[in-house]
Amino acid sequence: MGNRCAVIGVGQTHYTTRRRDVSMAGLVREAALRALEDAGLTFADIDAVVVGKAPDLFEGVMMPEAYLADALGAAGKPMTRVHTAGSVGGSTALVGASLIQGGVHDRVLVVAYEKQSESNATWALTTHLPFTSSLVVGAGGYFAPHIREYMRRSGAPGHIGTLVAVKDRLNALKNPYAHLRIPGIDRAMVESTPMLWEPIRYLETCPSSDGACAIVLSSERAVTGTPAWVHGGAMRSEPIFRAGRDTVSPQAGIDCAADVYRQAGVTDPRRDLDVAEVYVPFSWYEPMWLENLGFCGVNEGWKLTEAGATALDGDIPWNASGGVLSSNPIGASGLIRFAEAALQVRGMAGDHQVEGARRALGHAYGGGAQFFAMWIVGAEKP
Amino acid sequence: MPSEPNPEINHVLEFPGGYTRSTGPVIGRFLTELRAGRIVGVRTAARKVLVPPLEYDPATGEPVVADDFVEVGPAGTVREWTWVEEPRKNHPLDRPFAWALIRLDGADTSLVHAIDAPAKAMRTGLRVWPRWRHDRIGSITDIECFVPEVTTIVANVRTEYTVTPGAALKRYLDALTRNVFLAGRCSTCAAVYVPYRLSCPQCGSVIEDEVEVGPAGTVTTFAINNLPDPRAPQVPFVSAYILLDGADTPIIALLGSVAAGEVTEGMRVRAVFEGGTVKWFAPEREA
Repeated sequence: MGNRCAVIGVGQTHYTTRRRDVSMAGLVREAALRALEDAGLTFADIDAVVVGKAPDLFEGVMMPEAYLADALGAAGKPMTRVHTAGSVGGSTALVGASLIQGGVHDRVLVVAYEKQSESNATWALTTHLPFTSSLVVGAGGYFAPHIREYMRRSGAPGHIGTLVAVKDRLNALKNPYAHLRIPGIDRAMVESTPMLWEPIRYLETCPSSDGACAIVLSSERAVTGTPAWVHGGAMRSEPIFRAGRDTVSPQAGIDCAADVYRQAGVTDPRRDLDVAEVYVPFSWYEPMWLENLGFCGVNEGWKLTEAGATALDGDIPWNASGGVLSSNPIGASGLIRFAEAALQVRGMAGDHQVEGARRALGHAYGGGAQFFAMWIVGAEKP
Repeated sequence: MPSEPNPEINHVLEFPGGYTRSTGPVIGRFLTELRAGRIVGVRTAARKVLVPPLEYDPATGEPVVADDFVEVGPAGTVREWTWVEEPRKNHPLDRPFAWALIRLDGADTSLVHAIDAPAKAMRTGLRVWPRWRHDRIGSITDIECFVPEVTTIVANVRTEYTVTPGAALKRYLDALTRNVFLAGRCSTCAAVYVPYRLSCPQCGSVIEDEVEVGPAGTVTTFAINNLPDPRAPQVPFVSAYILLDGADTPIIALLGSVAAGEVTEGMRVRAVFEGGTVKWFAPEREA
């Protein structure tokens, strides 16, 4: 895995429907300055900048990394843009970490963002390509069939999705940065909302958010403040049109988890980890990823959710921050998972802190559930 | 006996050429500055800045301080406003607008002027800037109106290009015109891919073996879409993963001739062709 790497600063904007008061440059700078402040550093202390966001067609700004270089203090420094669809926030953190682990740099600023109010993700994901009659309407239209297949295979009761939708929004009420903060959220409220892409209801879907997240990564010798040490990091991808591909529990996710667990010495993730921030944009993806990530056996994920194991007071809290279901600036959503995992093991997660968290998983996936990025961070040096 | 309606006539009373007014030094300076594209106020003895200027302080009746003019604005903040839905002939704008009391930056009083903005943008606290006329004469109407600050722009993105199908896709499309689904079998891993393609996404081998699959198949899973889409005839519509008979990869297609609630996993369906392509898939009826 190379040299030790630590997260020494985390900065987030308050996620919201519209940030009309700032440009994209102003948005990313806000997160970057907060991360630098957390680390007690300035742009002058940064060796390189790595930027991630969703496809350019979302906001229609081509190669935004070029435009954002000034705002991120990257003049005269290496600047890299990472591009792995919805998992990009996680991949961006891992590319940044690799620059530390490989001994190339001592301090790297990692930033990811999306300004969904100036974008139309459903349109961008639904553009009609020539010579095909394939019919997919937005991310929900793509993922709904895979959720349906999970429900059939596992025999999960129909209300499991609503439990996740409620649980993550209750957590969001404890996170001042969360976008969807719905007082009085309960199952009846979720179940009263319309089916958008059956079996996905409106409140079982992530919001469209404006926001940016930034982290400062450091080599061991350059650490300032409170570090979260990287115990392992892994990325995997698989072809979307592979014959025999399991879209409910993709092999790339299983392989990616096995790799990151091996690096971190995790043999039983439910026991060995204290908290997990997992990319759950539609409620049913919690039980699906519980299985894909090996927190339980096949077709058992919904039972953990139903038993409350993943609640903030459960034995393995998932998405204590409120998760993607509560805040979704798409390009940043993966990095937020990674950053929240770091905040937990630094003991800096505020009201949604999981007491005594020492090791945490950050997870992101993207494309047609074909790109995966994960890391495990810990309070102790690996 | 009904009386005739009273006769109606159009009467105009207009002083020939318009009255002449002497501005006096204070108002004259204000109008002269307007003609030059600047807005000034005048200070009172109590150091208040009056915009528009007055010759005598309304608080005390004392003359304002001669020659103590200060440039204000040009931006200001809306303090109060009222909406004019149907502008009259003499109004400054020919479309719905707001009359507003605007406190220009640096002023202690407010100026009445028109604001050209959509109704939903109007609010107390709105920041506005003057829209100047090109030809100015020294009149309050040298400012055509005030307009909100620029906070958003529209960026139109459009790309138009000519695209032709590659060799494999062309063979697939040609076969579709004969109501045939053309697939390719990987000689290494034996998987059958549809649409026909030249390389295996799993093992990378060149695909040389063409096979026909379908046109019947099985629904593996599906979504009921309640959001409208121009490619679907109505809402809700079902987009389904269909494993064509003989293929190893599903295709995603619209289901037709069946109510959304009646679609099931495992349902047998058959392609309905129209105009040389697939219109949708419909349930395969028992013969």
